[in-house]
Amino acid sequence: MVQKQFKVVAETGIHARPATMLVQAASKFDSEIHLEYKEKKVNLKSIMGVMSLGIGQGADISIIAEGSDEQDALNTLEETLKKEGLAE
Amino acid sequence: MGFLHGIAASNGIAIAKAYKLVEPDFTFEKKTIDVPAEEVARFQSALQTAKSELEKIRDHAGTALGADKAAIFDAHLLVLSDPELISPIEDKINNEKVNAEQALKETADMFISMFESMDNEYMKERAADIRDVTKRVLAHLLGIQIPNPSMIAEEVVIVAEDLTPSDTAQLNRQFVKGFTTNIGGRTSHSAIMARSMEIPAVVGTKSATEEINNGDLVVVDGLKGEVHFNPTPELLEAYKKTQEDFEKQKAEWAKLVNEKSVTADGHHVELAANIGTPKDLKGVVENGGEGIGLYRTEFLYMDRDQLPTEEEQYTAYKAVLEGMEGKPVVVRTLDIGGDKELPYLNLPKEMNPFLGFRAIRLCLEEQDIFRTQLRALLRASVHGNLKVMFPMIATLNEFREAKAMLEEEKSKLVNEGIQVADHIELGIMVEIPSTAVLADQFAKEVDFFSIGTNDLIQYTMAADRMNQQVSYLYQPYNPSILRLVNMVIDAAHKEGKWAGMCGEMAGDETAIPILLGLGLDEFSMSASSILKARSLIRNLSKADMEQLASDVLNMSTTEEVVEAVNRSVSL
Repeated sequence: MVQKQFKVVAETGIHARPATMLVQAASKFDSEIHLEYKEKKVNLKSIMGVMSLGIGQGADISIIAEGSDEQDALNTLEETLKKEGLAE
Repeated sequence: MGFLHGIAASNGIAIAKAYKLVEPDFTFEKKTIDVPAEEVARFQSALQTAKSELEKIRDHAGTALGADKAAIFDAHLLVLSDPELISPIEDKINNEKVNAEQALKETADMFISMFESMDNEYMKERAADIRDVTKRVLAHLLGIQIPNPSMIAEEVVIVAEDLTPSDTAQLNRQFVKGFTTNIGGRTSHSAIMARSMEIPAVVGTKSATEEINNGDLVVVDGLKGEVHFNPTPELLEAYKKTQEDFEKQKAEWAKLVNEKSVTADGHHVELAANIGTPKDLKGVVENGGEGIGLYRTEFLYMDRDQLPTEEEQYTAYKAVLEGMEGKPVVVRTLDIGGDKELPYLNLPKEMNPFLGFRAIRLCLEEQDIFRTQLRALLRASVHGNLKVMFPMIATLNEFREAKAMLEEEKSKLVNEGIQVADHIELGIMVEIPSTAVLADQFAKEVDFFSIGTNDLIQYTMAADRMNQQVSYLYQPYNPSILRLVNMVIDAAHKEGKWAGMCGEMAGDETAIPILLGLGLDEFSMSASSILKARSLIRNLSKADMEQLASDVLNMSTTEEVVEAVNRSVSL
């Protein structure tokens, strides 16, 4: 299992388009990937799960991946978050 | 054959087959099934069909409407791949042995109510997305067709209850020849869209969706406000002739594209256009617009999930200013609220949105939003002849505050070394009676007025323009309105300023003679109305119209005014 924490910097938080990108990126991997925010944990391959968290600017989130390609998955998601200016 | 009467919203004649944009019947019964595996397979197949349909719509939207619009469908597609949605449905079918329709509905409803109960307007809107996509799957399970307006590929007349901005965004101008709706009036969104798309439309027919069937041959008479379906051969022939005549008339008007808008006795006025996006510029140029009298910037903010950046706004303003090649461009700052909502701002619902927290009231409070727009405008000012106009001004202090913010942003930009035009005219929309009454005081401080008649009439008559039952009070020619207009124009001229009008009234052939007589300097209207107005103005004498104007100001009813105009102008 690999895990990493991020701080959301995007003004709009993780809403429609950013959520779409994250879920699309996560869905490419076999590992189980979860997103945790305020002690709630959702499947990062679920758009409705991610949106239901209502993550706003300044939120502390963590991504947890577990499976054969867990490190790859975490790296890709980190890259997506940073490239899109969503979190750091 | 049949006939419906409505409100002529956009002129011209359209003849094509009906395409109904209505919600199909999704009712079904809960059933117990014997072989869950088969039911799961049936569900999977409906799901796949829905997905490939959505993919097609997305790709089409991408080319026809831009990547922005297409992104919405990407999110919809993800919902249909969402394991948290799909697994519970399959579990329900397997464990409870219910039919796929029931399993889908129960699961979707759970998510919909979860999102709806969230304390956030944006999240509540997401419930609509889930409803939308799950309906598509349900439709395939039930074997019913749901309308996909973005996929229309033959000439049609759209028949709908009403058309929302996102509906109209999906319509392909090449194939949509006209439309007719059950509700709406001359100033409703659907009507304004039809005029900017230059397609004939009749709104407010009350029952078009009930009376007209898919595929019926429909004639939309946007000149008289009539809709005929399955007409007799004679009527159809007559309409083809009217359509031809109208096209000829338009061709006649088209000759005036490069002519000046001058009365028979040599008085010049400016005929400008109202636009919503840089895309509308083409129509302005083709119709010989002498400027932009109203650039509605709110479209930059609508149909998206976050505020437009300063850069995005700058690009749009620059495109419009450059496109007009030095001709005047009046940009109205954000006019949101009332019938125009921005879900992502999470504004509280109001009992009386038209009298509430909207336009400049919101901008003076939400300064970040306003200042971003002002900076974008100031930066764009070097690319053309920019004039800035504040909407919904009710008091002089509101204007002074808005002006002060603009001046502050201007100094900041100059300090940052960014170029800004030396002098930018600052004006206000006159749409609140208090401002019209106090126009003489305003005129000392503003550079121009632009009278917004749609709201001025609604506020003066205390009649909601979205409410059909009080639509008889929408009376642009009522002497009370004309006197307010007169006060505003006079006040401007006494201070050496100019007065324009950017409401529907400015392009109205009954109002134009009066407005000309009252001394209005600038008439801003739908681009498609400009040439007709120019043709009319060139046949009028300013001196005669001054007489007409002074007569109508002393009349007592709308009817008398209309009669007086008809007597002095042979339309």
